[in-house]
Amino acid sequence: MIETHELTKQFHDFLAVDEVNLSVDAGQILAILGQNGAGKTTTVRMLTALLNPTRGWARVAGYDVVKNGHDVRSSVGVLTEQHGLYMRMTAIEYLDFFGQVYSLSAVARKMRSDHLLEYFGLAEAAHRRIGEYSKGMRQKLALARAMMHDPGVLLLDEPTSAMDPESARLVRDEIARLKSSQRTIVICSHNLTEVESLADQIAIIYRGKILLQGTLEEMKRNVLGAPEYEVKFSADWDATGFELPQGVDLLSRTATSLKVRVERPQESNPQILQALSAKSASVMAFQEEPRTLEQVYLKVMAEAKGRENVQ
Amino acid sequence: MFSKLRLVWLVAGRELKDQFRDWRVLAPMIILIICFPFLMNEFAKQTVDFLNQYDANLILDRFVPFSIMIIGFFPITISLVVALEAFVGEKERGTIEPILSAPLDNWQLYFGKLLVGVATPLAASYLSIALYLILVTRQDLNMPSPMVMLQLFLLTTAHATLMVSAAIVISVQSTSVKAANLLASFIVIPVALLMQGEAVMLFWGNEQVLWLAISGVIIISLLLIRVGIAHFQREYLLGREIDSINLTWIWRTFWKNFIGGARSFGDWYGRVLGSAMRRVAPAIFILALIAGVSTWMGYDWIMNNISQVIAKASPERIEKIEAGIRQMPDLSNLQGSISAPFLFLNNTRAVAFIFFAGLFSFGVLGILLYMVNIGVIGGLYALFELLGMRPLPIFLAGVVPHGIFEIPALMIGSAVVLYIGAVIVTPQTGKSMGEVILELLADWTKIFLGVVVPLLAIAAIIEAYITPGLLLSVMAK
Repeated sequence: MIETHELTKQFHDFLAVDEVNLSVDAGQILAILGQNGAGKTTTVRMLTALLNPTRGWARVAGYDVVKNGHDVRSSVGVLTEQHGLYMRMTAIEYLDFFGQVYSLSAVARKMRSDHLLEYFGLAEAAHRRIGEYSKGMRQKLALARAMMHDPGVLLLDEPTSAMDPESARLVRDEIARLKSSQRTIVICSHNLTEVESLADQIAIIYRGKILLQGTLEEMKRNVLGAPEYEVKFSADWDATGFELPQGVDLLSRTATSLKVRVERPQESNPQILQALSAKSASVMAFQEEPRTLEQVYLKVMAEAKGRENVQ
Repeated sequence: MFSKLRLVWLVAGRELKDQFRDWRVLAPMIILIICFPFLMNEFAKQTVDFLNQYDANLILDRFVPFSIMIIGFFPITISLVVALEAFVGEKERGTIEPILSAPLDNWQLYFGKLLVGVATPLAASYLSIALYLILVTRQDLNMPSPMVMLQLFLLTTAHATLMVSAAIVISVQSTSVKAANLLASFIVIPVALLMQGEAVMLFWGNEQVLWLAISGVIIISLLLIRVGIAHFQREYLLGREIDSINLTWIWRTFWKNFIGGARSFGDWYGRVLGSAMRRVAPAIFILALIAGVSTWMGYDWIMNNISQVIAKASPERIEKIEAGIRQMPDLSNLQGSISAPFLFLNNTRAVAFIFFAGLFSFGVLGILLYMVNIGVIGGLYALFELLGMRPLPIFLAGVVPHGIFEIPALMIGSAVVLYIGAVIVTPQTGKSMGEVILELLADWTKIFLGVVVPLLAIAAIIEAYITPGLLLSVMAK
């Protein structure tokens, strides 16, 4: 697991990461979102014991990143922003080299590299020099390197950015599998759809500070307000005398539709349906208005920039 | 331990394999290894033939050791590029982060790179030398003696270690390969100058001095390796990406350390300077011991080497030397040049020179200069004794009055150099090499301005206005 407390990193006059508090359990995925230069990579580098925090602390896989840097690095698999491949090596040599660095036995190295190359569709190119690989193949190989020693914690920076949809799906499936086998995973990504489908927790970071953190549902509720529902009728409907239950706000109404905001959907939605039924409304559809992570992210960022402009 | 060393070899092995797959590294090395022995051989022959036309009476055999040294040196300079880009090259190619994120200790990474950095140029040098030796045997030239061969072997190894260890320090501290290559001249030029001196020793045939040179080069190499490891920080390899000199930050860091938060001059003198002096105190103690040893060495050297010269000298010659010594304190006719300001500037320059010599050699050259300066006192004492003069009263009158200020000034000034060397080779957690050097420069400046300069000023006044009178009165007796 990963736990940080007021994790801060300052480079001379530049505050790169400002009092970041994170807690990711085994079997959970945390996605860190933010603009380029927001502090995502610096946070990940502190979690990999590459950078020492200026203040605060972090524990990764039970080890303190400052006191037990070597143990942290042994327990973590990292996919870095730049893939860091040795272009004159072949994929099999490359994975074998890192397998040796992580002190895997020859048998384990062979098994792991064969499995990962096969899984990511690189088996045929295993004996080709990495310099001849496409961008997507290189990213897959870098990911295979991060997973080579089957680490308990994975820190993945843009894991699918250069991949075709098929490969990206393959990677997402593997990440989901790792999550179900109790790995702790942190993903830094700009792909919000991917984050929505994978992350248990999301943190939005801006200028080193976490602006918002929580599950996707919590974020939607906190940023965009209570969920909104649209009721569609198959015929014109007379709303005279129709009253909405308590905790439900009317947003708009036409002859064939109704839009409401519901504070407590579990309690209020059956009541709405009952009330509509009592008024003999011919309900054709009752659905939640789709609200995306993108809306949350853009609103949070706009608010942050707005506050900054005021200051 | 074996498993830890295995990782060093793993890092080196990967690097080596990578290198041998790059024809841009291989091709020049192979060409140099093969061509240079032939070129050197022909050059030596032509030089001897040419000079002998003008009755130089040179023998080609004398050129063999020199040629071996040069042949050994050139492949090192070319393959230095491998060491220079060891870390900064990986940083530029973006391959450094995965390897830094791996469970490798700093020393394993460092020695892995160092090993391959030294092994490649050395293999090239040895191969080139071997080829040249084959040429030598085919020309009926005399091979150098086994002792000279051993010295040449050690010299080549020491040069490679020195240059590569310096190149790796540069590689760790540089922000781009371009900057590292530019800084390489700071390695090649001093080593080339050093080799000129070594060449003189080879032609001169002074084996003893050559052994000293070999030892010196090995010591500096080991210190450079120590500096490299001490200042190897993953953070700085990843953090610094811009090649610019931040003069404002440099000045601010220096000034902050120089002032040390002092509120007044008295506060600065008492607290800030006092704290710097306490840090240097162990080094002052060591230099006091070195002073004792140096004085004895100076005394002993003169007693052993000059006594025979004096014994062979005619009584007239001795008389002349004695007269010269008796006239020395009379500065009346030299007042224009040997004045208090002259003495002050001269001594200040000596302390500053010790500082600069020490700064570029981790204190080693600075301390050697200090030993020479102090050794002169013992030497003079012995000389007076050999000339039959009473040295003690002369010393009490001629050295002690200004010496009680001048010698501590020299000792403290040199102690700071030793302290700087010791700090540079010691790991400083959380500080970049630049920060460490600026802090040390601030400490040196504090002590130089606050202690050394005032002591030298007092010493110069006493030496110019009091010492001559005292010395004359002693000499007259």
